[in-house]
Amino acid sequence: MNELGIWTIPIAVLGGAIRVSTPFLFVSLGEVLTERSGRINLGLEGTLVIGAMVGYAAAYLTGSAWLGVLAAALAGSIFGLIHGLICSMPRVNDIAIGIAMMILGTGLAFYFGKNYVQPVAPDLPAIPFGWWSNIPQLQAALNVNVLFLIGAVAAFAMWWMFKSTRVGLVIRVVGDSTDAARAMGLRPNVIRTFATMAGGAFAGIGGAYLSLFYPGSWNEGISSGQGLMAVALVIFARWNPVACFGAALLFGGAGALGPSLQSAGFSQGYHLFFAAPYILTLGVLIATSSTTRALTGAPGELSITK
Amino acid sequence: MPMKPLSRRGFLNGTAAAVGAASLGTLPFQAQADGHGLTVGFIYVGPRDDFGYNQAHAEGAAAVAMMDGVTVVEEENVAETVDVQNAMESMINFDGASLIFPTSFGYFDPHILEVAPNYPDVRFQHAAGLWSADLHPMNVGSYFGYIGMGQYLNGITAGHATTSKKLGFVAAIPIPQVLLNINSFLLGARQVDPEITCQVIFTGSWSNAVREAEATNALADAGCDVITCHVDGPKVVIETAAGRGSYVCGYHADQTSLAPELYLTGAEWNWANVYTSMVQTAMDGGSIPNFVRGGLSEDFIKMSPLGPAVSDASRAQFEATKAEILAGGFAAIRGPLMSNTGTEILSAGEALVETDIALESMDYLVEGVIGSTS
Amino acid sequence: MSGQTELTGKMAASPKEWLAPVARRAEVLVIPLAALLAGFAIFSIFLLLQGKSPTEFFSLVYRAGFGTSFSWQNTLSRTAPLLFAGLCVALPARLGLVVIGGEGAIVLGGVATGALGAVMLGSSGYVALPLMALAGVVVGGLWIGLVGAMRYYRGVNETIASLLMAYIAIAVMNHLVEGPLRDPSNPNKPSTLGLTDGLRIGDIPGWNVHWGLAAGLVCCVLTWVLIERTTWGFAARITGGNIRAAQVQGLPVGRLILGFTALGGAFAGLAGFFEVTAVHGSANSSLAAGFGYTGILIAFLARHNALAIIPVAILLAGFEASSGLIQRRMDLPDATMLVLQGMVFIAILLSDTAYGRFKIFAPERWKSA
Repeated sequence: MNELGIWTIPIAVLGGAIRVSTPFLFVSLGEVLTERSGRINLGLEGTLVIGAMVGYAAAYLTGSAWLGVLAAALAGSIFGLIHGLICSMPRVNDIAIGIAMMILGTGLAFYFGKNYVQPVAPDLPAIPFGWWSNIPQLQAALNVNVLFLIGAVAAFAMWWMFKSTRVGLVIRVVGDSTDAARAMGLRPNVIRTFATMAGGAFAGIGGAYLSLFYPGSWNEGISSGQGLMAVALVIFARWNPVACFGAALLFGGAGALGPSLQSAGFSQGYHLFFAAPYILTLGVLIATSSTTRALTGAPGELSITK
Repeated sequence: MPMKPLSRRGFLNGTAAAVGAASLGTLPFQAQADGHGLTVGFIYVGPRDDFGYNQAHAEGAAAVAMMDGVTVVEEENVAETVDVQNAMESMINFDGASLIFPTSFGYFDPHILEVAPNYPDVRFQHAAGLWSADLHPMNVGSYFGYIGMGQYLNGITAGHATTSKKLGFVAAIPIPQVLLNINSFLLGARQVDPEITCQVIFTGSWSNAVREAEATNALADAGCDVITCHVDGPKVVIETAAGRGSYVCGYHADQTSLAPELYLTGAEWNWANVYTSMVQTAMDGGSIPNFVRGGLSEDFIKMSPLGPAVSDASRAQFEATKAEILAGGFAAIRGPLMSNTGTEILSAGEALVETDIALESMDYLVEGVIGSTS
Repeated sequence: MSGQTELTGKMAASPKEWLAPVARRAEVLVIPLAALLAGFAIFSIFLLLQGKSPTEFFSLVYRAGFGTSFSWQNTLSRTAPLLFAGLCVALPARLGLVVIGGEGAIVLGGVATGALGAVMLGSSGYVALPLMALAGVVVGGLWIGLVGAMRYYRGVNETIASLLMAYIAIAVMNHLVEGPLRDPSNPNKPSTLGLTDGLRIGDIPGWNVHWGLAAGLVCCVLTWVLIERTTWGFAARITGGNIRAAQVQGLPVGRLILGFTALGGAFAGLAGFFEVTAVHGSANSSLAAGFGYTGILIAFLARHNALAIIPVAILLAGFEASSGLIQRRMDLPDATMLVLQGMVFIAILLSDTAYGRFKIFAPERWKSA
């Protein structure tokens, strides 16, 4: 079993990237949609947690993991809708509302989730893409969940939507200039509310992945800030859905570095290995930012980059 | 419940007067005048249904709640900050609790030590703290179980089940309790086959679901085919390991239902027994010793029922060793023993029996454990 | 915005000279209070749907958070770190910077305090404590100041950078207290060496509340003076949300950004100092208790006004102080408090939209009535 030696690390990082990245991917795609319309929803951490709880509960009650995912998306979109409606009122600060929604979402999830910690809900299926290999580690790493694939397809689809469809254009116009959008006869607040709602649905699905596939159970510690980090990854990915896919993979893979280094015998300073994804992200951010030009890809109406 | 005057000093005066009127403090626990009997408080650091550490304590509290004349008050998710100090004082001032079990290790110093001197009539019973008569107030007590023995027994079943001769251990942080569990698990397995090794991965946190899952996967990738853990809630580790086809050994509470086919056995707390007997002592007007320890024979810990994957040979050795432990004076840590960094820990003939206080400052991993203590 | 209404108010000739300023000021009190009540009302409906009594709930919150002197001490003993954490967000926010990583500065400020204390165990508290406080302040200030520097010199978004740095800070803290700074005599809870009694901060006499509360209140007042009454504060208010425009106007934007982020971080570091010297007696992982994240909420609710941080922090601390009694008496989960907080905060933030809508608060519009 040990003949792989040092090669276990890259295989583990590959597997980790696929396993851990999916919640980051879904939340960041949802946030791209919202932010491209000119609003920021910092509350997706709460949406992720409520998605995890609702998804798990629904899957347990109905016996179907997919109905769980659907319920999580629905719960997420309701949270997005509330955020969107509230932020449509004049002078309401979208960042602060996001933080409040994060607290409310986490609170409601913990409140109603008490009864679902003990039951065991059905898991989402995975596709064994590693069938061709006889290395069990590789087979395990390539045991890919369907949601990961859906997320990957969604990333490219969203990229195409922003680039070549009317819906994408409308969202971009609204995000870049409220005045221009009004001049075109668009209703910015309505469009932003829908974008936030759809964003919430994505985040809810990200939560369902946590509770229904990996780690695959509901408890109060299920999220360790994935929702918050995913919002950060959007800025890192410059509001590009395909780049979000890459950022999520990078972040997930870096997260697998800590445990796999320990299993290969490097365990001194393990806390710092666990910080690798954050250090890496910060490093890339410093390297790619610039004071002379505005953030490329940043929607003009976004409060956080103005 | 009538509200007493609630400034702290006012409350103390009131209580002191009541004690004076009753019997000048010979009774360590006063049954309250309004007939509610004894109020017992339990404080948990996490959610009380975590399939692990907190659930084990909460099951003990539930057993206490069944006793006649006892009111149980509970609080969960209480941080090891000023939060727990206030929780204890609130239970005393608002609920009239006179016996409190703050169950997390980090509650002891400074928090219990800060609060206890102000409430001499309340008894604070702390899980795991090293109470010492020279340093600490008399109304504080500590109790704990020799659960390392349970991990030793886990190790015996693991040693029989493994084919790769490699075990895995997901651990929170390298403190003596955790290190003793890791070492005991491996040494138990080595009773079956001295070639067995154990890979440990620290997650750096008592509760972090994704990291625990990643650590379990890394262990499975490294070829470990029996996995156990020491984190607050073992649910994620057990489910992930079973999902990878590894055998699992439980910890804290019974996790059989999470992996019925692959669960070998588990080291569990038996707090129901410990708590009901302590509360009974208090109700009878007796005094609880300040320093209480116990293992399998004192019913402080217990083993989960053996799972279907445990072979007859494994069962026989498990039962034989368990009988030895029950007989008393058993030592899992015995010489000759080297640490995994090559220093000698015990020479031939030396042994640290389960009650040895030296075990509570363990700072090494024994030879055969792959991992480092810092 | 408030400056603008004040200006127009002065120009308009009010019908009742003495009533006009009262009415204008009343707006900032009445609207949030009404919103608070609205939040309570929504939460009451939630409780009723669960078959629980709102009356019982709120009387318990009052009793455990504010009803007795014990409750007040319970509440106030939680307030100190929240004041500092709120300031760490509010100060950069005056420049339009959203810094959400105050937790990192609290944690590292605490570690710096504990580490310096560990080498000064024999010293007198009069010598050591100021130096330890300085260590906390400097480390906290550098940590968040670094976020400001990255923003100013490299254009790195401060929100994401501070969040990342908070995670890094916690990892660094864990690494240090489990490794180089670990007290070998306290193996079970990895911590720095325990501080001697002389290096501990005590309680305010007669109270069960440590001196950090007094320090926090003073810092809030000083910050308010800095922002409202000094040229630095004036420059910061002008810079407001638009850093690029301020640069064009020739304001010392770089120094403002570095100064305000560093000062905010220094306050957070001070929170770490008090947690170590007044509460824990050493630096350990309990420092990462989430105060920094609560501070974000406090600052936004206080609309980044340093004085308003005080009542908001006390209200929040009171909610948290009553959480235990609610759990025990009403058999509600601890998350109930999160639900209440979420609903109340949404209501209060939503009330921002009500400003300027009511004629009663706008004397200049009384005439047209």
